[in-house]
Amino acid sequence: MKPQNYTERKLDIDGWQVNLTTFQLGDKWHAKADNVSPGASLARVVADSREDAETRVLARAKELLSRTRRNAV
Amino acid sequence: MGTYAHPEVLVSTDWVAAHAKDPNVRVVEVDVDTKAYDEGHVPGAIAWAWNTQLCDTVVRDILPKAQFEALMAHSGIGRDTAVILYGDNNNWFAAWAFWQMKIYGHKDVRIMDGGRKKWLAEGRELDTKPVSAAAGSAYQASAPDYSIRALLPQVQQAHKSGGTVLIDVRSPQEFTGEILAPPGLPETCQRGGHIPGAHSVPWGKACNDDGSFKSLEDLQKLYGAEGVNQSTPVIAYCRIGERSSHTWFVLKYLLGVKNVVNYDGSWTEWGNLVGAPVEKGAARSAVQA
Repeated sequence: MKPQNYTERKLDIDGWQVNLTTFQLGDKWHAKADNVSPGASLARVVADSREDAETRVLARAKELLSRTRRNAV
Repeated sequence: MGTYAHPEVLVSTDWVAAHAKDPNVRVVEVDVDTKAYDEGHVPGAIAWAWNTQLCDTVVRDILPKAQFEALMAHSGIGRDTAVILYGDNNNWFAAWAFWQMKIYGHKDVRIMDGGRKKWLAEGRELDTKPVSAAAGSAYQASAPDYSIRALLPQVQQAHKSGGTVLIDVRSPQEFTGEILAPPGLPETCQRGGHIPGAHSVPWGKACNDDGSFKSLEDLQKLYGAEGVNQSTPVIAYCRIGERSSHTWFVLKYLLGVKNVVNYDGSWTEWGNLVGAPVEKGAARSAVQA
């Protein structure tokens, strides 16, 4: 199978930049959320639709990002 | 465009598409775990997980020699196999595996330029079934070559004596001390900041948007601005040593820096040491350093 409809988008979640990658493989949609800097994968979701995959992966990313504390420098 | 110092360590996605199933080639997807691999991988590729297969899981260390040899044998890799590594996050963990394979003396190991990201974006074939390598005969690794690895005493000495460029490859917010770990990941150090005098060159600056490595000229400009040339002693570090193995790869094999080492203890070691000097705030410019 070949991946189709590959897209990347940069989004802001509570002040953190997130890179959302989505593609279709067969009848499934794959979504991944990375923190833009440094680029670590936060969450991956496979779902039946693009919307479902992206909604769920962003919810998980938001949950993880909410645990990150900013310290005064 | 100029040619990298060691272009033989890179292969293109086109090359992998044509040679992934050659008898003397073993393609390996390397990531923090195998979730990405399970979703779909280069046909014929096997998977290595950083968290269970590329570290000593008891002592904090690289794989002991015997475990490394067992992994190679189990993966069907012999001393003469051409090992092609690729992975997510612009080849972070592939670079970690590359570094470790060089410590144990494997000659022909290469990285697929652009990694998983480029393969997906190009719409190339993916296989969703796991591949089991036919276990090969016993693999005899070389004695570990620690000349490409920095342990804490070497970093402390370099910090005291000067003359070595310390490159912190983490994000700017980790470098300044604003955050203790990459956004969304667990905090694993007690103090934020960086080793005093370190230069901030986030690892991702070495990559293009498609995940491939930047041109020789762009890399020379990027690291040259921080005082790095082919004869400069360099220590690269990050949080746990995998992002810095990416920068180590770039400096050693693409730019040809002769004396560059990866400090895999990195910030989770230095930032937890009692009494270790820590600097907070933005990087000094190359002129000031």
